Amino acid sequence: MSGTYLGMPAFPKAAAVSTQQPTLRGNLTHATHTIREKRARAVGELADWSRLRAAGAAIKKRTLRHLDRYLEQVEERVTAAGGTVHWARDAAEAQRLVIDLVRATGESEVVKVKSMATQEIELNNALEEAGISAYETDLAELIVQLGDDLPSHILVPAIHRNRAEVRDIFRRQMGRWGRPAPEGLTEDPAELAEAARLHLREKFLKARVGISGANFVVADTGTLCVVESEGNGRMCLTLPETLISVVGIEKVVPSWQDLEVFLQLLPRSSTAERMNPYTSTWTGTTDEDGPREFHLVLLDNGRTDTLADTVGRQALRCIRCSACLNVCPVYERAGGHAYGSPYPGPIGAILTPQLRGTGTELDASLPYASSLCGACYEVCPVAIDIPEVLVHLRERVVEGGPATVRGQRTTLRPASGHAAERAAMRAATWALDHPGALRAGQRLAARSRRLVPRRLPGPGAGWTRSRDIPDIPPESFRDWWRRERGAGTADGPTGGEHGSDGSERGKGGAV
Amino acid sequence: MSAREEVLGRIRRALADVPPDERPADVPVTRDYLPEHTDPDPEAAAALLAENLADYRAVVHRVTAGQLPGCIARLLAGRGSRRIVVPRGLPEHWLSGVAPGVERLADAPELTHRDLDAVDSVVTGAAVAIAETGTVVLDASADQGSRRITLVPDHHICVVRVPEQVVTSVPRALERLDARRPLTWISGPSATSDIELERVEGVHGPRLLEVVLVTGTEPPGESGEVGAAGRAEEVGAAGGAGEAGERQEGAHDR
Repeated sequence: MSGTYLGMPAFPKAAAVSTQQPTLRGNLTHATHTIREKRARAVGELADWSRLRAAGAAIKKRTLRHLDRYLEQVEERVTAAGGTVHWARDAAEAQRLVIDLVRATGESEVVKVKSMATQEIELNNALEEAGISAYETDLAELIVQLGDDLPSHILVPAIHRNRAEVRDIFRRQMGRWGRPAPEGLTEDPAELAEAARLHLREKFLKARVGISGANFVVADTGTLCVVESEGNGRMCLTLPETLISVVGIEKVVPSWQDLEVFLQLLPRSSTAERMNPYTSTWTGTTDEDGPREFHLVLLDNGRTDTLADTVGRQALRCIRCSACLNVCPVYERAGGHAYGSPYPGPIGAILTPQLRGTGTELDASLPYASSLCGACYEVCPVAIDIPEVLVHLRERVVEGGPATVRGQRTTLRPASGHAAERAAMRAATWALDHPGALRAGQRLAARSRRLVPRRLPGPGAGWTRSRDIPDIPPESFRDWWRRERGAGTADGPTGGEHGSDGSERGKGGAV
Repeated sequence: MSAREEVLGRIRRALADVPPDERPADVPVTRDYLPEHTDPDPEAAAALLAENLADYRAVVHRVTAGQLPGCIARLLAGRGSRRIVVPRGLPEHWLSGVAPGVERLADAPELTHRDLDAVDSVVTGAAVAIAETGTVVLDASADQGSRRITLVPDHHICVVRVPEQVVTSVPRALERLDARRPLTWISGPSATSDIELERVEGVHGPRLLEVVLVTGTEPPGESGEVGAAGRAEEVGAAGGAGEAGERQEGAHDR
């Protein structure tokens, strides 16, 4: 039915395969470049974009620093408005809660709005095992589900599929799930969308249980907000009798007014529109309009572990716009599946290792799935400094140290496989602290520079597999300085070499 | 320990770096962004609303209050609508020009989803419209009805009163809206870009959204109005539709 992320290979292995797939590369290049330019135009329309961005970051920061009280407020307001609030420590608990809620309705079918939180907890697989069929209703999620595939992009989960592939999936699979694809279906996107409309309309009209996530939960009013384009969200939020929303605890914003910031930041960052076609907000239940029963499942699943890291917690500001994916040179080439989680791209590289920890080879490899170019930070509408967190997480992988795992403070051991890197760094530290040794080493390297191999042997081989060894200059800067400016200048290297450790260390670092 | 207590406990431990006496208001949020990005003049706002709605493929008509019933009747006839659904609080005279053969269903809980699926068009008012984004917002008031009636039928005619219901910006709209009501923000017909990021209008929601911008107060007395509406020249409508058409052309490149 739908795949699982369990047991996927580390990023470099997965990327080595995906980068060799020309169709995938072509689909991704086309899609990311299209959306990139559109986004820049949509953002350019607002003269105060940088101020909106700063406000968005500040509101999320305020929320996160006082998350406990905002969640209690959400619970109180949602309950007062006729909803029921549930709490889930982890994926398994959230799955059980949802299964029990669906069973209580007596139904064995549910319609779903695209939701990152339910992807993250692999809810569809759990429902299937419990004998409940979950129908994804977002067009891209439908493509993924019918193709027995995994999403590869936050906003456009089937971005890795082109129109011909979509047509083939629809022709082959729609009939097995419900209304088959129309005869003679072509690969025209409008026709494909029409096929999805017909296929899903039957499901919407008879669905009695809907499952969603939420983009925002407003604490002071208890209001949930879902932002979408196709109308499948509205269908799932209003036609069923029971609505279950699974929402990460970080989705809270303090006040109704705060939506004025996020409803400007999100559409322009994600779909590059002034406003997405449909936004729904609801507060509890309403008489004679929409579901009679509303359940909100507040999901932790690693979010509090992330919150405990004062550098890494900024990842929880994310509003899932996917702008960082669309500008990322690594994502564009490797594709979303290589990241081994529903959160691909730069945000996934910092979110997944925090939500799941760095215990597996895959999760420990994610902070390295970046060139640290910084384009992601620049486009992020809530100013998450992704490169900063990447470097921080690399340090955690290599050095180990304190971290919170499933609510428990622990000390992580340094990851295996980074021994050579640690040894090299120790050697570099020593050399930079000992100017004489550094100079001798540089001269030796300069004299023997023609003998340096293109590829390093032994443990260094991994490093040079994708990099060239920098050219070693015939002469070091320090020697050049001495030759050009002589020993006579007051602050020349000769004086420096006999100076204090502190000043020398500074120069050594700069060479 | 309950999941609730445990999650809240984890959060409190995770926030050990936050001083215990810090209050949410101590975390500064500077709201120096613009309350609106455009000319607040009502006519300018209405023009921008029309332009942005059309840019996202809604069809826009501009009429006077006297022309409204005729306009609605013409739009329904143009679509060949035989059956329409109507919110219970829709002003009666809005539909006074509609041909007698058109069946009217009232928005009511007894209507099944399948009944609605067999409806051709829905006519509603709106709560507020946002010029900068080309958005109409419905808040399920009596003249807008329950959320599903503007969702299941394939054709939505939405009447916006100009200037009183038009605001410039998202912040201005939120000030006016009541969070306790279920809100639906609509910016053009339903759309998807899920296949190769090529925009396709019309997936699950109404594939045709027609927004009627109506100016002026409605004339008193409904008896004479059918005739008045019947005679009404829709001065703005032709231009509006033409503009929409042109923008649709240009907008395909986006």
